[in-house]
Amino acid sequence: MEILYEGKGKNLCPNTPMDARKFARTKTRALVDKTMPLEEAVEKFVLDGEYIAIGGFGHIRIPMATIYEIVRQRKKNLTVAGHTAVQDIDVLMAGNCVIGVEIAYVVGFELRGLSGVQRRQFESGNVKMTDYTNGSMSFRLRAGVQGIPFIPVNVMLGTDTMRNSPGKVVKCPFTGKKVLLLPSLNPDILIMHAHRADKYGNCQIDGHIVKDDLQARASKKIIVTCEEIVDTEVIRSNPQNTVVPYFMVDAVIEQKWGSHPGNMPYRYYFDNKFTQDYLTAGRDEDPTVIEKWLDEWVYSLDNFDQYLKKLGEDRLQGLVDLEFLRGGA
Amino acid sequence: MTIYTVSELMCVVAARQLEDNKSVAVGTGLPMAAAMLAQQTHAPNLLINFEAGGVAPQLPTLPISVGDSRTIHKALMATTLVDIMDIISRGYVDYAFLGGAQIDKYGNLNSTMIGDNYNIPKVRFPGSGGANDFGSLAWETMIIMDRHSPRRFVEKVDFITTPGYLDGPGSREEWGLFEGTGPSRVITDLCLFDFDPKTKVMRLSQTHPGISIDDVKKATGFEIKIADEVGVNEPPTEEDLRILHEVIDPNGMIFPKKV
Repeated sequence: MEILYEGKGKNLCPNTPMDARKFARTKTRALVDKTMPLEEAVEKFVLDGEYIAIGGFGHIRIPMATIYEIVRQRKKNLTVAGHTAVQDIDVLMAGNCVIGVEIAYVVGFELRGLSGVQRRQFESGNVKMTDYTNGSMSFRLRAGVQGIPFIPVNVMLGTDTMRNSPGKVVKCPFTGKKVLLLPSLNPDILIMHAHRADKYGNCQIDGHIVKDDLQARASKKIIVTCEEIVDTEVIRSNPQNTVVPYFMVDAVIEQKWGSHPGNMPYRYYFDNKFTQDYLTAGRDEDPTVIEKWLDEWVYSLDNFDQYLKKLGEDRLQGLVDLEFLRGGA
Repeated sequence: MTIYTVSELMCVVAARQLEDNKSVAVGTGLPMAAAMLAQQTHAPNLLINFEAGGVAPQLPTLPISVGDSRTIHKALMATTLVDIMDIISRGYVDYAFLGGAQIDKYGNLNSTMIGDNYNIPKVRFPGSGGANDFGSLAWETMIIMDRHSPRRFVEKVDFITTPGYLDGPGSREEWGLFEGTGPSRVITDLCLFDFDPKTKVMRLSQTHPGISIDDVKKATGFEIKIADEVGVNEPPTEEDLRILHEVIDPNGMIFPKKV
């Protein structure tokens, strides 16, 4: 196949589909209890230098309890799939855990504006960037699942998004037209937050799945937090709702409110004030302001339950009212 | 006489570009509000899609994110991001509705960075999100840009995030993008542009009330085409404003509340 154009970006994920496939062979197919404390799961499965995928959509159904724990354990040199990354990646970057990002959407908090933490780190040149798009990141995962080394796509063509990616434009051997080839993607680990799971790791999500299904199938390891752990009979009575089956999952943790301050569809809405205060701290020119925020909400606390206690039950219940459009939005 | 702000006017003009019985994929902010307003006024059958997986929701109020709970409120389908991209790719989405930081005469959009070194940007913006996918795959791309000035309407954008007509007529097709796609409208705080069919250059189609052709020329950093007859956009009606403030954005997230 004739290569007509080569992008100058780097593929920041070293895994091949064969690596992921071989890893899958080592995982048990037995129904074993995978529940464990979140501290243990992060210690065991999130390793310095790994490539991490995050479930949900940046500030919706994000695994914040796991994010905080990664920061608390001061994990280092992570590369992150910014397949729309908002509050999740921001806290990881504030905690200096990140050295590279494959970007579809970062820095922005949508209607709330831009992040000071991310701008500082990206604009200093200290964090490696490779730009993609939301669609193309999903297409790459699809290739990783399928076990093929690259995937032809018809987005990004002709743009600087393409020029700064590792994509290669080739002449289609069937039609003679140009197509863009992008490398497949198999992350080391997916961290995700589900509505419910059983102790074996069968996960169900209510509402939009976003990309957790593809990420789960492409990634080598998975840590699942969920709003509630349910009996396997609950899963078996509605198996069509299972998004991730148990044999892909390595750790399961029940963590109610685990997406706070993110929005958990059908459970609770954004904690806007919390996110605004966080953004304000991150935008301060004095970098000790965000460090103090991390001290207060992450480092000085032993775990996510202490964080929830600090927030208080009333505040959390208010987010349920917002979700169900009771008393304003 | 109705009193309105320029962002309300932009939203109303944008909404009017969306035809009934068509479908749109929207970005955050004004594009979402415009699609909601269209649905509440002249286009009740407008199908609204969100990139995180919301299809045809009954939006109760303006979402903060293109993925939040509101985007699947009483929706007809809650699906995946890649499914939305596939739906657009298959030709079911008529309009992509986007914003950006910079735009050039061919409608190429920058939402990635300001500066000349990709690795050390002067200002880093969010990047494509789904914008490049939408702008590559949807039939028509509509763009909302506020703060119309020579700094934002430039001869050459610092970074082409999302394809307009790239280098001009035929360029999209030459790169292998779908035939018959590309930007069709740009709504700014001064005017409404379409694109000259022959040159694919942005063409002044209508000005906002009180804005002259010369005002638009001065605010634009490249040479625009000008339609044979340049009309004036109708201001928002009282009913438009009521819907914007009472239904779409009661908390004043993008349209500050009136005092």
